[in-house]
Amino acid sequence: MGSTNSTLSKIPNVEELMRETGFSPAHIVRLYDRFESLDKEKTGHLRPEDFGAINRQDTVDFHSFVRILAHFRPAENNRPRDPSLPEPVNSRISKLKFAFQLYDLDKDGKISRAELLQVLRSMMEMQVTEEQLESIADRTIQEADLDRDDAISFEEFRKSLEKVNIDHKMSIRFLR
Amino acid sequence: MSGLWHGKILMLMVVLTVSRHSLAFQARNANPSNQPGTNASTGNGTENTITTLPIVTWKWHHTEGPYLVALWVLVSWICKLVFQLNPALTNVFPESGLLICIGWVLGGIIYGADKVQTFRLQPFTFFYYLLPPIVLDAGYSMPNKQFMGNLGAILVHAVIGTVWNAASLGLGLWGCWLGGAMGHLNTGLLQLLLFGSLIAAVDPVAVIAVFEEVHVNEVLYIIVFGESLLNDGVTVVLFNVFDAFVSLGGPAINAVEIIKGIISFFVVAFGGSLVGIAFGILISLLTRLTKKTPTIEPGFIFVFGYLSYLTAEFLSLSAILSCTFCGVFCQKYVNTNMSEKSVNTVRTTMKVFANGSETVIFVFLGISAIDPSIWVWNTGFILLTLLFIFVFRFMGVFVLTWILNQYRLVPLGLIEQLVMGYGGLRGAVAYGLVFLLDENKYKEKNLMISTTLLVVYFTVMLQGITMKPLVNWLKVKRATTDEAMLAEKIMNRTFDHMLVAIEDISGQIGHNYLWDKWHNFEEKWLFRILMNPTARKSRDYIFNIFHQLNLKDAMSYVQEGERRGSLAFVRNDSKADVDFNKQFDTDFTDMPDIMGPDHIPVPFVLRDSVPSVSLNMHEQDQKMRESEDFNAHHLLQQHLYKGRKQRHTYSRKQPVVNRDEDEVQEIFQRTMRSRLESFKSAKMGVAQPKKITKHSKKDQTEKMSNGKPADDSKIHSYGDEDFEFSEGDSAGDAAGGSFPMAAYKGGAGIVNPAYMAEMDSNEPMPPMPQIPPWLAEAGEDSSNVAPSQRAQLRLPWTPTNLRRLAPLRLSTHSNDSFLLADSPATQEGTEPQPPLPLQDGRGRGTHM
Repeated sequence: MGSTNSTLSKIPNVEELMRETGFSPAHIVRLYDRFESLDKEKTGHLRPEDFGAINRQDTVDFHSFVRILAHFRPAENNRPRDPSLPEPVNSRISKLKFAFQLYDLDKDGKISRAELLQVLRSMMEMQVTEEQLESIADRTIQEADLDRDDAISFEEFRKSLEKVNIDHKMSIRFLR
Repeated sequence: MSGLWHGKILMLMVVLTVSRHSLAFQARNANPSNQPGTNASTGNGTENTITTLPIVTWKWHHTEGPYLVALWVLVSWICKLVFQLNPALTNVFPESGLLICIGWVLGGIIYGADKVQTFRLQPFTFFYYLLPPIVLDAGYSMPNKQFMGNLGAILVHAVIGTVWNAASLGLGLWGCWLGGAMGHLNTGLLQLLLFGSLIAAVDPVAVIAVFEEVHVNEVLYIIVFGESLLNDGVTVVLFNVFDAFVSLGGPAINAVEIIKGIISFFVVAFGGSLVGIAFGILISLLTRLTKKTPTIEPGFIFVFGYLSYLTAEFLSLSAILSCTFCGVFCQKYVNTNMSEKSVNTVRTTMKVFANGSETVIFVFLGISAIDPSIWVWNTGFILLTLLFIFVFRFMGVFVLTWILNQYRLVPLGLIEQLVMGYGGLRGAVAYGLVFLLDENKYKEKNLMISTTLLVVYFTVMLQGITMKPLVNWLKVKRATTDEAMLAEKIMNRTFDHMLVAIEDISGQIGHNYLWDKWHNFEEKWLFRILMNPTARKSRDYIFNIFHQLNLKDAMSYVQEGERRGSLAFVRNDSKADVDFNKQFDTDFTDMPDIMGPDHIPVPFVLRDSVPSVSLNMHEQDQKMRESEDFNAHHLLQQHLYKGRKQRHTYSRKQPVVNRDEDEVQEIFQRTMRSRLESFKSAKMGVAQPKKITKHSKKDQTEKMSNGKPADDSKIHSYGDEDFEFSEGDSAGDAAGGSFPMAAYKGGAGIVNPAYMAEMDSNEPMPPMPQIPPWLAEAGEDSSNVAPSQRAQLRLPWTPTNLRRLAPLRLSTHSNDSFLLADSPATQEGTEPQPPLPLQDGRGRGTHM
């Protein structure tokens, strides 16, 4: 416990971080240790070289690190939410938004066909031809695209994933 | 309906009388000692010296054995048939319960005839013939992703739960016996522990039978079912250990023996699993080589599966574990290596055997009860057993689940735990084991048999009946019907990847991390060793899903067409490249495995009423759907026409029927004529549907090569016709799409290709002069169709005359006046515009 407190004191704005993300102090400390081990150069930032970049920014500081990981906390549905507070980071909607951002590379609020193609390309393991990739992308869009604008908006994205249990799919147990 | 009932009952009675006669016949000849068995022994050995040539002899003693077996199997299955007639009945009672009841009736009849129970479920028959198919089927159709995902929970329940059940039951009974609640019983602690261990195990047969009708959600099902399979390791060990202890006698048991017992558990369990995996590897390796023997290919699975069972039994390891893991391990590789036809064969046949076995087991469970010689009633014993089973099961489940929930991502709720506890059904395995007991060692064997039977009846019938209402009342989450949207699957896969990354970043060895590691190992080694190189290349999760979805849509289109009644659909076997030729029948079976979602070949189930169009299509407007249906029908008709001329050559080696080149040529000519006809009439302004899917290259290939639109996704690809036009491929689609135009006379709907002959006579254009120009273009197929070159390269076979179909795609090059007139519509790079009549004509022709 002593080490926890001392570590916590090293982190600026830790209370705000905890409140915003919902992590417990123990979690924060653990994440901080992990952050430090990843941050080999001790710059206080993680660069893409430290791990494959997860988001658009070139560097990630600890706060962003924690915020991103906070998306993967298992959601707590039973706790009645205080409506005045902003939406918790690990709720279903925010998880979905996070996932959406992974697809929507140019951040225009829609997943266009090209963006989808790019994601597919990186995911397909075998040698799938370009035409096949495009068919798949087309079909995906066709399935999800309700307003026929040839792109998937966040609403459509959310709708297509109604059946998927996002809470389970996008959660890591240890972060509970 | 009731008339049918009576008829069936009557028939059943007839069958029974026949068998009764045979029974009576043997009973007369049977030895006084009357060995019980599924084949009652006869002593008809006296040879009569013949005095004259007998024309017909009564060879009962020769055919008796197989005859009885076959007859009994038939009777059991007829029983199933009988009560399936009354759906109200099956809604309330679980099938297994009804089978047992019928077994009672039959047993009563037989007993009445012979005054002794000549038929009984023999442990040997059960364990060596009836159980292996069920277990093999369970392993082979196990949804691996969920199974492995919940393996921790399953193992905890299977091992610790079963041990707890056995111990608590044995000790509880012992305590009560000591306390005198059971009166005088010639038994002891060890015997009671043995009894506890054999009755404690949840039974896979019963679980399948009951849960199959209840459709709870996948996680719940897999935990209970997995437990029922894996606890065999524990049951076998406990049974053997306690049996040995009873033989050794009380005083001889010391710490050494107990430790040996514990060690034997590990040996049996792991040994059994390893045997299973070894056989799984063998099967996978073997299926790499079976390309040349497609007919026998499916058989290997069965033989190997059975061998794995027997080998484990031979080595006194857990046979059920062996068989299960064999199936679990090999399914992925085997399904990839074997042709689709073989995969379907295996799956279907396995279901037949498993289901059939299960039916026979339950009927015999009923029959075996009607035997006064085994019945001993001891109120205390029986009631206490029932009570303890129930109570201790729930206790065990609650405690274990509470522990598990600390470690699970998705905690199991109270409702799920209730169902898990209630689903702890005992069944035939317990019965088989209790019959194996030696009655000299176990004076109370009959009491144990009676109790076991009663427990089995109680769980299967009572718990079976009440399971459905209970599940409804508790509002248990039900199995999600698998709509398998491609978007969903892709997102799911993305999440998986994401989670792997996050786990890696956060430095946790989590579930996904393990999954990823296993996946990498698999890719590196297992796929290379165990899978065909060609098969390996075609494996890709998302692509397979895409493929499956396309096939599914195609199927539903076919169904729609058939329902509208105007297609004489002829099933057509051809080379495996045409994926179109799924065996349409197989997918309408009522597959009890509800958990197919992640299992690539399995989700190909149209669980909804078969003729309904695929769910995807409901979102589009009616007109488009109809038009697409029609297009599909056109495409299919092209296919159909070929089929009509098929000659069925009988061949034992090849399931494939030869195709004739001349036939193809004739088809070509006819379709060309009809196409020209259609172009004239194809001026309907059907709205250009939204661009949907671009069918894959592979499908396009086949379409071009065979001249028939084997491409299912083509059905979707209206807009893609434009797309393909721009690539110069469009003609291919046009050709494919318009070939069946023959059938269309404005508003005629879909017409049987058999009527195409009449069409020809109406053809204003003389056929002959038109053909040569098309044929003349045979030479220059390559230049205009860049993608098709690639396609042609990939073709496994391209008969020369078929290649002539290729230039048909080139509407831009056609000499057909009509086409030329409309050709601007077909220029490269045309955008999808609603009023493009020619394209519509290509695609659809006229229809209402």
